[in-house]
Amino acid sequence: MSDTTLTTAPCPECDAAVRCDEGTLVNEILACPDCGAELEVTSLQPFALALAPEVEEDWGE
Amino acid sequence: MIRAAVVGAAGYAGGELARLLSGHPEVELAQVTSSRLAGRWLHAAHPNLRGVSELRFVDEADLAPCDVLFLALGHGEAAQRIERYAGLAERVVDLSADFRLNDAAAYERWYGAPHPAPEWLGRFTYGLPEVSREALRGARYASGVGCNATAANLALLPLARSGVLERVVLEVKVGSSEGGAQAGPASHHPERAGCLRSFAPTGHRHQAELELVLGPQEVHFSATAVERVRGVLCTAHAFLTEDLEEKDVWRLYREHYASEPFVRLVKERTGLYRYPEPKLLAGTNWCDVGFERDPASRRLVVMSALDNLMKGAAGTAVQCMNLMCGLDETAGLGFPGLHPCE
Repeated sequence: MSDTTLTTAPCPECDAAVRCDEGTLVNEILACPDCGAELEVTSLQPFALALAPEVEEDWGE
Repeated sequence: MIRAAVVGAAGYAGGELARLLSGHPEVELAQVTSSRLAGRWLHAAHPNLRGVSELRFVDEADLAPCDVLFLALGHGEAAQRIERYAGLAERVVDLSADFRLNDAAAYERWYGAPHPAPEWLGRFTYGLPEVSREALRGARYASGVGCNATAANLALLPLARSGVLERVVLEVKVGSSEGGAQAGPASHHPERAGCLRSFAPTGHRHQAELELVLGPQEVHFSATAVERVRGVLCTAHAFLTEDLEEKDVWRLYREHYASEPFVRLVKERTGLYRYPEPKLLAGTNWCDVGFERDPASRRLVVMSALDNLMKGAAGTAVQCMNLMCGLDETAGLGFPGLHPCE
């Protein structure tokens, strides 16, 4: 396992540790393993995440 | 191999026990009893077990000694014959309400009659591993759990244990199998079909187990029967002593349930199943728990879901047996459920 697989950043939504795998790119969208939030990689050094913009779903009236 | 028997195996919880024990890697299901169906095949009552088990029901009078005896009788029956049962097996797991409470006065208050064997109450361990795991290890006697109580207790336990639960108002929506295998006027199809029936707005007996597990917090509990066969969905409106952020609640639930093999946190920002859904849990031993914080108050809405016949009855009972016998706690309970399903 390379060092990069040990890098994590907290999910901005639920604080889960989200892993940065080898080959991850800035602006890539990751999914939080706990809450499913879509997260945009804003930086690799240090590894940082922000909530990605979402299209709201219509759950009806 | 552990030799097990199920007393009252013609009922729904008894049938689930027979299903689980028939597939358990460390158990031989030796006997199943039903006075009404003695001599008939097990699959006469539980057709899903055709080809799985070749057992026939025996009369309870013909029950032989075994290692673990599961009692799946109606409330009040196990307590009347507990001396006999305890003489037949080293370990007993009773699924009824007879030994859930540790106080005879509380039993009489909630169940409306004096306990038939009050001297036995203190010998039983409450059979919810998430609450009494260490006491269950090696124990000889374990009680069952109330299905609705288990959904509510697992929803609220992290809040109660961390001291942030001030009071809670909760409702459980439940399937018809909670009413058991014996039909009555209220379960007659023309009467039952399509109903959303408030059958216990107050005073449900499972409240006694909430008080037992959660402690002295103010708990208000209602139950509604809905158009399903299996499943419980608990919606709890918990009012907290302090204003927690969502991340704080995540942390609290994660810490509490991180090592629990059968409790999952389900709270997704996207997707079709964002919160616990009983439909997905049929036949499994999972209890799924999710929550949402009301940003305008100290109300936290906590949802939990389970299969009332599994995590709410037979599944938890087998989990108890595993602990009592020193087995892998998850043995025989690995079914992950179906998707899609009805």
